[in-house]
Amino acid sequence: MAVGGSFDTFPKLLARNAAQFSSRPAFRHKDLGIWQTWTWAQVAEIVRAYAAGLHRLGLQPGDTIAIVGSNRPKLYWTLMAAQVLRAIPVPVYSDAVADELAHVLAHADVKFVAAQDQEQVDKVFSISDRVPHLHKVVYDEPRGLDDYDHDRLIAIRDVIEDGRAALTASAALGRQIDEFIRQGEGSDISIILYTSGTTGASKGVMLSARGCIDAATDTVRFDRLTDKDVALAYLPLAWVGDHYLNYAQGIVAGFCMACPESSETIEQDRREIGPTFYFAPPRGFEAMLTRVMIRMEDAAAIKRRMFNYFLGIARRYGEQILTGKSVPLSGRLLYAVGRLMVYEPLKNVLGLSRVRVAYTAGEAIGPDLFAFYRSIGLNLKQLYGQTEAFLYVTCQPDGEIYSDTVGPAAPNVDIRIAETGEVQFRSPGMFVGYFKDQAKSAEAMTSDGYVKTGDAGFFDEKTGHLKIIDRAKDVGRLADGTMFAPKYLENKLKFFPNIKEAVVYGDGRDFVCAFLNIDPVAVANWAERNNIAYGSYQELAGHPLVYDMVAKDVAEVNRSLAEEKMLRGAQIRRFLILHKELDADDGELTRTQKVRRGFIAERYAPLITALYDGSREVDISTEVTFEDGRKGVIAARVKIRDVPTIGATQALGRAA
Amino acid sequence: MRMPDTGEILLQVEGVSLAFGGVKALRNVSFDIRKGEIRAIIGPNGAGKTSMLNVINGFYHPNHGAITFKGRTRAEMQPFEAARGGIARTFQNVALFKGMSALDNIMAGRTLKMRRGLLWQMLRYGPALAEEIEHRHRVEEIIDFLEIDAIRKVPVARLPYGLQKRVELGRALAMEPDLLLLDEPMAGMNLEEKEDMSRFIIDVNLHYGTTIALIEHDMAVVMDLSHRVVVLDHGVKIADGTPDEVKKNQGVIDAYLGVAH
Repeated sequence: MAVGGSFDTFPKLLARNAAQFSSRPAFRHKDLGIWQTWTWAQVAEIVRAYAAGLHRLGLQPGDTIAIVGSNRPKLYWTLMAAQVLRAIPVPVYSDAVADELAHVLAHADVKFVAAQDQEQVDKVFSISDRVPHLHKVVYDEPRGLDDYDHDRLIAIRDVIEDGRAALTASAALGRQIDEFIRQGEGSDISIILYTSGTTGASKGVMLSARGCIDAATDTVRFDRLTDKDVALAYLPLAWVGDHYLNYAQGIVAGFCMACPESSETIEQDRREIGPTFYFAPPRGFEAMLTRVMIRMEDAAAIKRRMFNYFLGIARRYGEQILTGKSVPLSGRLLYAVGRLMVYEPLKNVLGLSRVRVAYTAGEAIGPDLFAFYRSIGLNLKQLYGQTEAFLYVTCQPDGEIYSDTVGPAAPNVDIRIAETGEVQFRSPGMFVGYFKDQAKSAEAMTSDGYVKTGDAGFFDEKTGHLKIIDRAKDVGRLADGTMFAPKYLENKLKFFPNIKEAVVYGDGRDFVCAFLNIDPVAVANWAERNNIAYGSYQELAGHPLVYDMVAKDVAEVNRSLAEEKMLRGAQIRRFLILHKELDADDGELTRTQKVRRGFIAERYAPLITALYDGSREVDISTEVTFEDGRKGVIAARVKIRDVPTIGATQALGRAA
Repeated sequence: MRMPDTGEILLQVEGVSLAFGGVKALRNVSFDIRKGEIRAIIGPNGAGKTSMLNVINGFYHPNHGAITFKGRTRAEMQPFEAARGGIARTFQNVALFKGMSALDNIMAGRTLKMRRGLLWQMLRYGPALAEEIEHRHRVEEIIDFLEIDAIRKVPVARLPYGLQKRVELGRALAMEPDLLLLDEPMAGMNLEEKEDMSRFIIDVNLHYGTTIALIEHDMAVVMDLSHRVVVLDHGVKIADGTPDEVKKNQGVIDAYLGVAH
């Protein structure tokens, strides 16, 4: 098996790949409707020429080169060529607005920019006065750039051509490039990845070459990736996930990175390429499932019945069969028929037929969603990671998969839970520091060299896996000291199809209460099936039968909490269903649809009071903003329900 | 603005009149289209713009007057002759093969360029296959150019209107025309679609050097896009010149805003 081994920089690994996998595909890209392929030998030659060209343009060791665009072979080669010259590539999100781009480019002191197309070139030039060191911009797609001033603008193709010609003309230049590669050290900064900046200004995470390769080597072994594998490189270049899963693992294992034709063709490209290693965030898998379900609604009755029947079989036996547990012979036979009739054709349509290993991460995944993919035989696993770790902190090994854990520590990663409940780790790929930000770097580390994740979590007793419950700063304590993780509870509630939003309170209180929003589509559907008449959202939300149904869901959440030692005490005692939907226009949600707990508490203060003073119902009037900007007032009488808690052993959950 | 100042004349319309019974659609209209320019034909409803386009591509035959295209003056011409001669067009109402994919529709635009006969093409073997691959390559370049790669295999009936218009443009481009006639390319589009389409029209003109004659209602679009504008009203040419000249022309202002008679 090919792994990083004694290689400490990517350019050295590239040379190894060119020798070892010379005629194996390294990159594919669909161009003019046809998949073009470049072998490792070709890529190594191109990258060498490209590096020579960039060197002639003045890219020096230690210089930074920004890369702005989507997944294109030429942009990946820019990463490689920069690393050959011991310069530092800085990928930037292609959808970054000019201001964000300016911040990153200026902060990183970039001297070169590699831009995908006219759109990105325009963006770069519009802010070039804020990037004083900017020397040259190279671009991939020439379209529309004909009448631009080409003093500072050069096509990547021309840079490569120029480098190639210069290499032929002068053997000395070739020796110089080889010397750069030879001099490269594991401690070189291999890349700077800027965090997305959702929590404050974006920071440049510096990763070392050795760290990147060691980390990738571990996971390539872990998932047994080889040069026979194929990944669809569709994740944002600037995101640690792409740099790790596709770039680093690709070079270490020698597998093929297939670049989609464009961001709109990903689904089709996935079907055509048939990746064997696949990553998508939970909402990616959810969107895929929704599309399947919608199309099944339109299918003929007999197909629908077959589909539903075999999905039932998959739910019963699929998971066990996938993990190699014992299953009755009849179950095995039925599942085999299901594979033939439903599961394999379905996976084929989704382009997942050949996937050996699939990962999801980034947010909590619904258990039903997770189980669906696993039951049809997709080896979907979870990992937990962050940019500072160069992705992996934990990942689930084959055969130990649970929807509510993120797995045990990844190979060679050392995890501990701090006094405060915060997850801290040391890993082979962990970052060197934030670029030009000593203070923040120091802040992110403990004195004994662990990285603080800012996430709170604990190790599950049953499985030994890590569970992430919330951002550490959001985790609170009940009045008696029991740990209380609002987002963890809210996610559990939201996994029920009837509950759209949940906001839970409990920090500094005696017990936990919840505000709920019903899902209007799901509940309306249910009401129609059950002949329940209602005139408005408000009336439906206050319907006693709806309360009954939701109360069952909440009780279910309590039951699952009772099984967790740490959080057992934080069960939900009382809840109410809000008379209106939480809305970003009213400031109750952020624009990215996250609940603003504090704001909601203030706005609905009478409801909070009522939840904790034992009232059965409470009157409230709320100002709302309509779509057209007008304001109005909604008045309602909101009912409050008590929910039974299970195993009133709160003391166990109390923090020491 | 870009201005192919006094390029050679590609198409000359001289004293063209067209009548349907008593209705005089065009009355003694003369103008020219120069190589490499974007030429707009504008006018209020019923001014005879589409009739003019139909005369140019041989769909209607003028009662009087002559049309000179690429130095050849002709009296009567059939649409397919116009197509063969290098005139392509799009229609006010999208006229695509609804059940066929975007790709196949654009491939249809290559029909006149196919050298092998029907039988060869059906066999899809040997030289016919090689030829099809060559045509497909040209079509793929157009698909890339118009940024419709994501809908290559989608039946056009399922596409939104703006994209159908783009596919239609693609099919016209597939003919590699010397003169491209666009009949209200932005009709019924929203602002964003209009901006996209304008961009593509300019790019076609710049990139392929195609001469374009277009009819359009949206004045802002016309003034931005075209090098020269000819204005028709009730079948009569009332103005001809650069967008700026036309904008200032009193006759045009009257025709558009109406005057007390």
